[in-house]
Amino acid sequence: MNRDNDRGKIIGRRAALLGGGKLMLLSALVGRMYYLQVLEADKYAVLADENRINLRLLPPPRGRILDRNGVPMAVNQQNYRVLVVSEQTEDLDDTLDALSNIIPINDHDRARIVREAKRHRSYVPVTVRENLSWEDVARIEINTPDLPGVMIDVGQSRNYPLEGLGAHLLGYVSAVSEADLQNSSDPLLELPGFRIGKAGIERVYDLALRGKGGTSQVEVNAVGRTIRELKRDEGEPGLDLALTIDLELQQFAAQRLGSESAAAVVIDIHTGDVLVMASTPSFDPNAFNRGLSSDEWKDLITNPRSPLTNKAIAGQYPPGSTFKLMTAMAALESGAITPDQRVFCPGQMNLGNITLHCWKKGGHGSVDLVSGIQHSCDVYFYEIARRAGWERIAEMARRFGLGTSLDLDLPGERAGIIPDKAWKRATLGQPWYPGETPINAIGQGYVLATPLQLAVMAARLANGGYAVTPHMARDRIEGIHAVSRLSPDWPEIGVSSHNLMQVRRGMYEVCNEPGGTAYSARIKDEAMAMSGKTGSSQVKHITARERDAGLKKQEELPWKDRDHALFVCYAPESEPRYACCVVVEHGAHGGSAAAPVARDILIEVQKRYLQHTASTPAGQPENGSSPVPARANFELHGHDHGDHDHGDHDHGDHG
Amino acid sequence: MIGSRPQFSFSRSEMTLKEKLWHVSWSFVLLVTLVCSIGFLTLYSAANGNIDPWASRQMMRFLVGMAVMLAVAMVDVRAWMRWSYTLYVVALVLLMAVEIRGSVGMGAQRWIDLGFIQLQPSEIMKITLVLALARYFHGASYQDVGRPLFLVPPLIMVLAPVGFVLKQPDLGTAMMLTLASGAMFFLAGVRLWKFAVIIGAGGAAVPVAWQFMREYQRQRIITFLNPENDPLGAGYHILQSKIALGSGGLFGKGFMLGTQSHLNFLPEKQTDFIFTMLAEEWGMVGGVVLVGLYTLILVYGYAMSLRSRSQFGRLAGLGLTTTFFLYVFINTAMVMGLVPVVGVPLPLISYGGTAMLTLLFGFGLIMSIYIHRDVHIGRRGATDEV
Repeated sequence: MNRDNDRGKIIGRRAALLGGGKLMLLSALVGRMYYLQVLEADKYAVLADENRINLRLLPPPRGRILDRNGVPMAVNQQNYRVLVVSEQTEDLDDTLDALSNIIPINDHDRARIVREAKRHRSYVPVTVRENLSWEDVARIEINTPDLPGVMIDVGQSRNYPLEGLGAHLLGYVSAVSEADLQNSSDPLLELPGFRIGKAGIERVYDLALRGKGGTSQVEVNAVGRTIRELKRDEGEPGLDLALTIDLELQQFAAQRLGSESAAAVVIDIHTGDVLVMASTPSFDPNAFNRGLSSDEWKDLITNPRSPLTNKAIAGQYPPGSTFKLMTAMAALESGAITPDQRVFCPGQMNLGNITLHCWKKGGHGSVDLVSGIQHSCDVYFYEIARRAGWERIAEMARRFGLGTSLDLDLPGERAGIIPDKAWKRATLGQPWYPGETPINAIGQGYVLATPLQLAVMAARLANGGYAVTPHMARDRIEGIHAVSRLSPDWPEIGVSSHNLMQVRRGMYEVCNEPGGTAYSARIKDEAMAMSGKTGSSQVKHITARERDAGLKKQEELPWKDRDHALFVCYAPESEPRYACCVVVEHGAHGGSAAAPVARDILIEVQKRYLQHTASTPAGQPENGSSPVPARANFELHGHDHGDHDHGDHDHGDHG
Repeated sequence: MIGSRPQFSFSRSEMTLKEKLWHVSWSFVLLVTLVCSIGFLTLYSAANGNIDPWASRQMMRFLVGMAVMLAVAMVDVRAWMRWSYTLYVVALVLLMAVEIRGSVGMGAQRWIDLGFIQLQPSEIMKITLVLALARYFHGASYQDVGRPLFLVPPLIMVLAPVGFVLKQPDLGTAMMLTLASGAMFFLAGVRLWKFAVIIGAGGAAVPVAWQFMREYQRQRIITFLNPENDPLGAGYHILQSKIALGSGGLFGKGFMLGTQSHLNFLPEKQTDFIFTMLAEEWGMVGGVVLVGLYTLILVYGYAMSLRSRSQFGRLAGLGLTTTFFLYVFINTAMVMGLVPVVGVPLPLISYGGTAMLTLLFGFGLIMSIYIHRDVHIGRRGATDEV
């Protein structure tokens, strides 16, 4: 019993020690609870909120692109997609096998699907294919019992209902690139499948079209599954953007240009609205959305008529005789000539050791400013250019919008070239030779201009010398909102209206006097009468031997050796409103290939927008209501009445 | 005088069932029921206000467990002592069985499916090891315990199951077996300097043990030391648990309003991390009340054990109470980020049948010890005569 008492004492003492230790440990737990739940409670409360509240971005619907009358050119279309949720499949591979019996899934797509499925959590749907046809959707729906985890989803995708029409203007949308992500802090870009404008209007006004992303605060659980929505901010849908383009006119112009490799531009000479900007041939931007086969792509980029290029702003052409208007303005403004001074054209001109030819063998005889423009006499312009000097001509051309970018709200605009001494030294390392002045003065040599620039040039001639610039968006876009444009207040370019009138008189006679180079393409309705200037710019250099052997007719040359046909014009002559430029690549003659197209387009424009056309009877006497100041010798100039649709294709050849 | 049948000079073996029931500490039974009821409520909340799937099944298990507890309490403590080695050997064999079967290809399966219940030999071992050690030390004098050789058999009795459990691998159970056994060695009167030697040797063995650990066990220890290191990976459990606890504050977010647990940020909210959920919804106040109730159970356990006149009863009772304490402490310290995350449930509250059954069985033994507190057991064990 003694031993038992000993042991009893020991166990009692040690049990007390052990119990005390346990109580101390339990107190430590209470202390820890105090630390976590009282002292650090605020910190953990914040962490808890962050844990459960997840901010989700709601992509705004992209704004539509409309024409000036509200006709949609770019819309959002329902896009049927087939998705697969890997957690709902028994085996992802089996499901994909079954699905590939219904719609084709190539190896590349399949690898991508498996990769994405692995990367995301298993309840996140992965896109198998987009842009499904109705038949595909129906076939998949019918087979859903055999396709666990497969679902059809309706998303939004960009659609261009007009297909080729306006493709060059609208551009396209595409997935966000790494570079885009780095240049922008907009969280929308990080949304999977988000598309942004990559070209054309879609790119320029991307921010406005994109809108502002909404947010949805959702309570999520630990694996990211949404439990419920707490707060929602709808954001702002993208702006419906109206262009200055008139779709019907655009369509008319495109049809009129047909299969030619050509461009047509119509601008409002007062506002700068671009009513028509057509470039043919075109392409279907939807094909890019669908995905292009390599054959289709090869066709597009190897086509010599370059369907992907917007020739109206990116095509740079020697302006040919249309540039003579600038030479005339420069010579008049500098006082180098007066409108009445005559120049004798024997068919060629000698300048030092070079002989420069007029397009008309045998020459035009005695020519003044108006008849020089009317007949497009090369020798006349060689002479006045020599008198004025190239620097003045170049400076005048720049004032009319050539040689510099017009800051059009459309990417891809080229600046063209108005050469000068500095330019030539910088690019060719040569001085300016005197013999180059006359050649450039008739729009050959180094001079290059885009159809848009030439239309602007015509507009500035027609609006009395105001520096109108073109724009594509009907309204001014500030941030993501549209503000109506103020009535335009263009700066004057600083030329005398008298001189302008003389040049316009010449342009009037080009179209409306027998013998004018575009007489056959005139608008017979006096109220809609147009004035213009033809141009045919030489593509292939003509050697002396060829000239001696006798020049071939343009039509006999291979297509790509023929001259470019150009025509700039405005209408109506009585109260000019619309300027137009048509360029037909390798169209041979401005008067026959470009002018009739411009005429038809201008008739359509006036029919649509100028009401008085209906009230004015056609076939009025030509000089009846001509607004162009009559000249004293107006009647005295009888020019040969043949239609001179020939441009000026054989200017000087050097030695 | 020496007969084939054991005889006791002062025996209450003739107590009737009625007498035994009279001696049951009904306040203790009530206390256990109260804690279990807190568990039912918490499980009800964990299922977002549904009695299914957890609370209902937990109640069924509780009722079965209660019946088992009372039945165990009715069995004479001498019978438990007599069977203690046998039960220990059976548990050890079962432990070996799951180990062998596990290595054959069932993975880390730690239980034997008996159909109606999944038997975890490691859980059984928690009780049978205590009983076996209590029996071993029952007859030992203070001098006996002082002899190092005398300590070799109980050490083997401890190390064998600990080895198997570690191999499973079940760090939590190994820890509990070791600590509970250590407490019993301590209570039995093993000299303090020997503990110092063992702890010192254990410390030296840490680098060796590190070599034998599985990667996930090492990861858990590393994560325990620095949980913020890997908030979405291995540190996730601890971090989320601390966030849930801390955001509960002093008074909690309210019953069924714990955001972290209901949104599943909290892992295993119905099992190992149920304390976190409770403290998120009821705040520090709720947590302290629960710890208080556990302390009360411990006090009961001590009081009932120390009332026993037999060394076996005292040792077994205190050993079982210590096991209970270890459940409480390891689990709560784990969810508060004080010890590594090891799979130890919160006693009487976590969802799970085996732990509930083990605990109530243990309480039944303590009650049996208390009911038969005046039974005298000879020094050499049940077959002895004084």
